[in-house]
Amino acid sequence: MTAVALPANAVVQRAPFLTPWQVWGIIFVAPYVLVFLVFVLYPVCYGLWLARHPASYEALFEDPIFFGAVVNTLIFLVIGINLKMVVALMLSGFFVQARWWIKWLSVIFIIPWAMPSIPTILSFRFMLNPEWGIINQIIFRLTTDDGPNWLNDPTLGLSLAILVHVWKSLPFWTLILMAGRLAIPADIYEAAAVDGCSRWQKFRYITWPSMQTLYLTCTILSMIWTLGDFNSVYLLTGGGPADLTHVLATLGIRYLRLDRVDLSIATIVFAMPLILPMVYFMMKRLSK
Amino acid sequence: MTRFNARSMMTEAGLILVGIPVFLWTMIPIYHLFLFSISPKESAFAGHLWPDNPTLRNFSTVFSEQHHYLNHFWLQLWNSVLIAVAVGVLTLMVATGAAFAISRLKVKGGRAIMNLSLFTYFIPAAFLAVPMYKTMGVYGLLNSQWALILAMVTIASPYAIWVLKQASDKLPYELDEAAMVDGATALQVFRLVYLPLMTPSLVAIGTYALLLAWNEYLYAFLLLSKDTKITLAVALGNFLAADDSPWELLMTTGLIYALPPVAIYYTFKRYMVGGLTAGAVKS
Repeated sequence: MTAVALPANAVVQRAPFLTPWQVWGIIFVAPYVLVFLVFVLYPVCYGLWLARHPASYEALFEDPIFFGAVVNTLIFLVIGINLKMVVALMLSGFFVQARWWIKWLSVIFIIPWAMPSIPTILSFRFMLNPEWGIINQIIFRLTTDDGPNWLNDPTLGLSLAILVHVWKSLPFWTLILMAGRLAIPADIYEAAAVDGCSRWQKFRYITWPSMQTLYLTCTILSMIWTLGDFNSVYLLTGGGPADLTHVLATLGIRYLRLDRVDLSIATIVFAMPLILPMVYFMMKRLSK
Repeated sequence: MTRFNARSMMTEAGLILVGIPVFLWTMIPIYHLFLFSISPKESAFAGHLWPDNPTLRNFSTVFSEQHHYLNHFWLQLWNSVLIAVAVGVLTLMVATGAAFAISRLKVKGGRAIMNLSLFTYFIPAAFLAVPMYKTMGVYGLLNSQWALILAMVTIASPYAIWVLKQASDKLPYELDEAAMVDGATALQVFRLVYLPLMTPSLVAIGTYALLLAWNEYLYAFLLLSKDTKITLAVALGNFLAADDSPWELLMTTGLIYALPPVAIYYTFKRYMVGGLTAGAVKS
């Protein structure tokens, strides 16, 4: 009777036992808790247990490929993400312009993000084929010289992997930053126009201050996700030539395929000091 | 007045100067894929912008499985569909329940569960893949499609729960209280009040999980290996590993595989953009 008449929290305080709503709450949340325990908590603990021997880490640090992969990962993060985010910031300013054709272009622009990676990365791969890829054919026609062997050069290979990554994820971040720009009240811009602000001043004193938190959040989230970007490198270069274009994500899987699970997990554990502060930052930001 | 016109024309020209490279940048890889799929084998590498004799032969070859790489094309397509739909449905069930319990029923420990789930969301998927692979081995699920389905539900759920929780926090609590006063049980509130009001977010999340599973390559290629069990993504990857791959057929299969998610995205775009960016923009 009381459960009907009183607000739920009053009942909770009075009754030491669970209210029916709490029981239902447990039932509703149980499937996710189960998924978490069975497919997140247990795997993580099991993985850490597999990589418990210090010898795994010694072996990892002695592997020259590992050192290269760390450098590549940092290049990927520092250059790839900053490039992507700056371009996304600028393009978001382009896409918020009210024109019929920009509306259409924004519909097309999102395709790379909606499409699966594998077909488009294959398309890139064929374009870059040294003998019959379209790019080297064009180079040959224009200069009668053979173009470079794109994916067989570690520097070019890694740069192109970054380019593929940018191609795939740029639309998503542009969309997010666009939403951020659209949230700025238009009358601030109108007031600034009346005061004779230049375009740069509008960006510097209105757009950027209201978007910088969002921009930082996006950059950090993008860093975390890019650390886990396996496809761009694996499908484009496969880590080659001579395992010189690996990043940590592909290296982890390479060790797994070589049946060195301990090294694979050690690679991931090694990346944790980099990831955990960013995860902490994101959790603080989002769980508010 | 003329000065104003000249200035606005400059702006238009500037916009077009940005628009054209953006269009080319987006479309070239996709057009290249399309071009291969309609080119006959001999002229696929000719480097023309449009093939001399466009043909649909590649499509008929793929659809009739007339190449030893394509022996299981329809089965693999079916596997992709089955897995994507299963992940979409299961993620919706798991995530909606959790969001309802945390946001509306205020289940004890809900905040902790939310944080754990967010934590999972922020672990890069490629890093969770290795322990997940070993664990699936322990559970004896390797090479079973359940392994991939459950792994993808695990990966899709955290974001789904988070978005759904954000959306359901916005529903007025008076609704629940009114239902409670009327003597409704939690289950009735869930079915009669919560689900109908949440429909737009549910569509967005279902689509999100479905696309995530359809597009997944890494987990699919780790967890499945038999030719009759793999998804189309893995089949394309295997294609690539071989030296004698028929490129034009590979590109055709790739195009067929890439189209459904694009179509689904545009069908549900209305829900997707609002539902999925709303959460991310909050800063």
